[in-house]
Amino acid sequence: MAELTERPFPPGDYPLIVVGSGPGGLQVSSALRGFGVEHAVLSADGQPGGMFRRWPFFQRLLSWTKPYAPVARGTRAYERYDWNSLIPETDEHRAVMVGLMDGTSYFPSRPEMQAGLEAFTSRTNLQVRFGCRWTGTRRHDDGRFVLETTDGEYTAGTLVIAVGVGEPWRPTSPGMELAAHYADTRPVEAYADKRIFIIGKQNSGFELASGMLPWAKRIVIASPSPAKLSVNTHSLVGIRARYVQPYEDHVLGGGVAILDAAIERIERGEAGGAPFRVITRRSTDSVEMAFDADDVIAATGFVAPLLDLPALGVATFGQSRLPAQTPFWESATVPGIFFAGTIGQGSVGLKKHGIPSNSGAVQGARYNARVLARHIATNRFGQVFERPAIAPEHVVDLLLDELTGGPELWHQRAYLARVLSVDPADGIHDEGILPLAWFVDTGGADAIAATLETDGTGAVYPVIYLRREGAVTEHAIEAHPLLDYRTEAARQDLASILAPVLGGTPVSSRGN
Amino acid sequence: MAERDEIAHELAGFALFADLSTPQLQGVVHAFEEAWFQDGERVLRQGMTGGGLYLVLDGQASIRVDAEERARLSRGEFFGEVSILLGEPPVADVVAVGMLRCLVLAGPAVEKFLLDRPALMYRMLQASARRLRNANRWRS
Repeated sequence: MAELTERPFPPGDYPLIVVGSGPGGLQVSSALRGFGVEHAVLSADGQPGGMFRRWPFFQRLLSWTKPYAPVARGTRAYERYDWNSLIPETDEHRAVMVGLMDGTSYFPSRPEMQAGLEAFTSRTNLQVRFGCRWTGTRRHDDGRFVLETTDGEYTAGTLVIAVGVGEPWRPTSPGMELAAHYADTRPVEAYADKRIFIIGKQNSGFELASGMLPWAKRIVIASPSPAKLSVNTHSLVGIRARYVQPYEDHVLGGGVAILDAAIERIERGEAGGAPFRVITRRSTDSVEMAFDADDVIAATGFVAPLLDLPALGVATFGQSRLPAQTPFWESATVPGIFFAGTIGQGSVGLKKHGIPSNSGAVQGARYNARVLARHIATNRFGQVFERPAIAPEHVVDLLLDELTGGPELWHQRAYLARVLSVDPADGIHDEGILPLAWFVDTGGADAIAATLETDGTGAVYPVIYLRREGAVTEHAIEAHPLLDYRTEAARQDLASILAPVLGGTPVSSRGN
Repeated sequence: MAERDEIAHELAGFALFADLSTPQLQGVVHAFEEAWFQDGERVLRQGMTGGGLYLVLDGQASIRVDAEERARLSRGEFFGEVSILLGEPPVADVVAVGMLRCLVLAGPAVEKFLLDRPALMYRMLQASARRLRNANRWRS
């Protein structure tokens, strides 16, 4: 059993401990190492990959990796087209997913995604103690955290919890225990010639319905409010295009019924009849309707498995029991506990026009993790990083380059921003990528934040926030259909927006 | 953590939703999202676009213009509607006082939501009329 003796990170005292080996844990560990923060990574799993070792049920993701894109593979700009590769701290090992996909779809299969995460882990030589399950948490008198695990006790002053949002949750309506959860869906052949009743109109419910269309005799999908489609919300909110087929079958009357109704209760059917009977009440007119079903599946979501962290004081909110977090993903109630991966959704941000961040997906969470790692390195380990000086005449071009090609601003719209500080004595400095909510709500010296935003109309446009004498103002730039802001019009717009902070600085002409 | 059925039960006690049936209330809860704010956190930001319609479930919200408190809203009251109806950024900050728990409906969804529920819209109009009357009394 040589492997066991070679497992890294034996129980003991560490400056920081990351829990989890899904994309969130791996990305934050990679970034922490890049910033020189010593840490241990613990995982209950046997291999890297987190939820992608198991889901999505029908084995294909909803996130792109486009083999052909308007920009070169492996560049930073290409990350806009590759939502699934983790970001290495050196240029090699970028875009790891591209080389692992078989070319049949630009949405990777689940096994391809798993292979991608395993390849990133091995190629970048990330160290994880696998098979080590976090079981409980305490606090020392000195404030340090004690993690109880199946391998023994660990202590650390700083924790990063990246355990996903994968614990099945179902509502407590009477008889709900009779429904199988999405997580317990059986092989699709088991649903041949069956009447399926799916509770929930999120992507998980429509994913199951899509996969069962060739098998099921009848599919009913029900929840109280109407289905939202991403093509209508103009965002990743709602059912993604790949799962809309059941909706079309419904509107064509093809054996799929999509109901706006509350689930009153689920009963066992009478002997000789259908195994289950689902009693619903229609949202529009309160009419009761009952449906016979051979299988009832609750596609009602997941919660974060935080174990005893709430008892330690970590406040949680909402149905997903996400921890309430600061803009830097720190527990709002227990300093020193940070979150990475999908749990980072609990740091909601501005959520302008009701559109959430992409923190619940790899393409958003991977950037959060890097911003978090730098924040931890700076604020908990006293590291000082270079803040490159920017000549005033280069500010406009730098920001337009970021707005046109920067992946962080594109994936995390109105959530992450490129920030430049403006000091009359010290000049202009690049502060890097930072949370927009922090910039907007935390006073401070004069500064510029640039991000991309969308308002639900389908347009994606730059927005510049200026902080002057503590007050923040917002300035939008008109959307360009190809999102190319290296245009003369955008240069003029941006130069005039920045004039109050840059003064009469001339904008260099690089000729467009 | 409150389940959606429990929130629907809470809404049933608010004047704004007095005309809705239980399934309609459940539909409302599904249309809105639950949002939590820590003490001092800004919910709406003066002069910034992209807000929503908020309904206070627990806690208090302070309405502040240029950092001066003008009003406090509590359980059952709503805010954010003015900037959505007028298509303009909020003229005030709204800040959580203590832990604030709200339901929120995204700005772009508000028009259809209200047009689909005329009785609720009428109740909202009444509440707005009361606020206007009180503001006028305060001025006179």
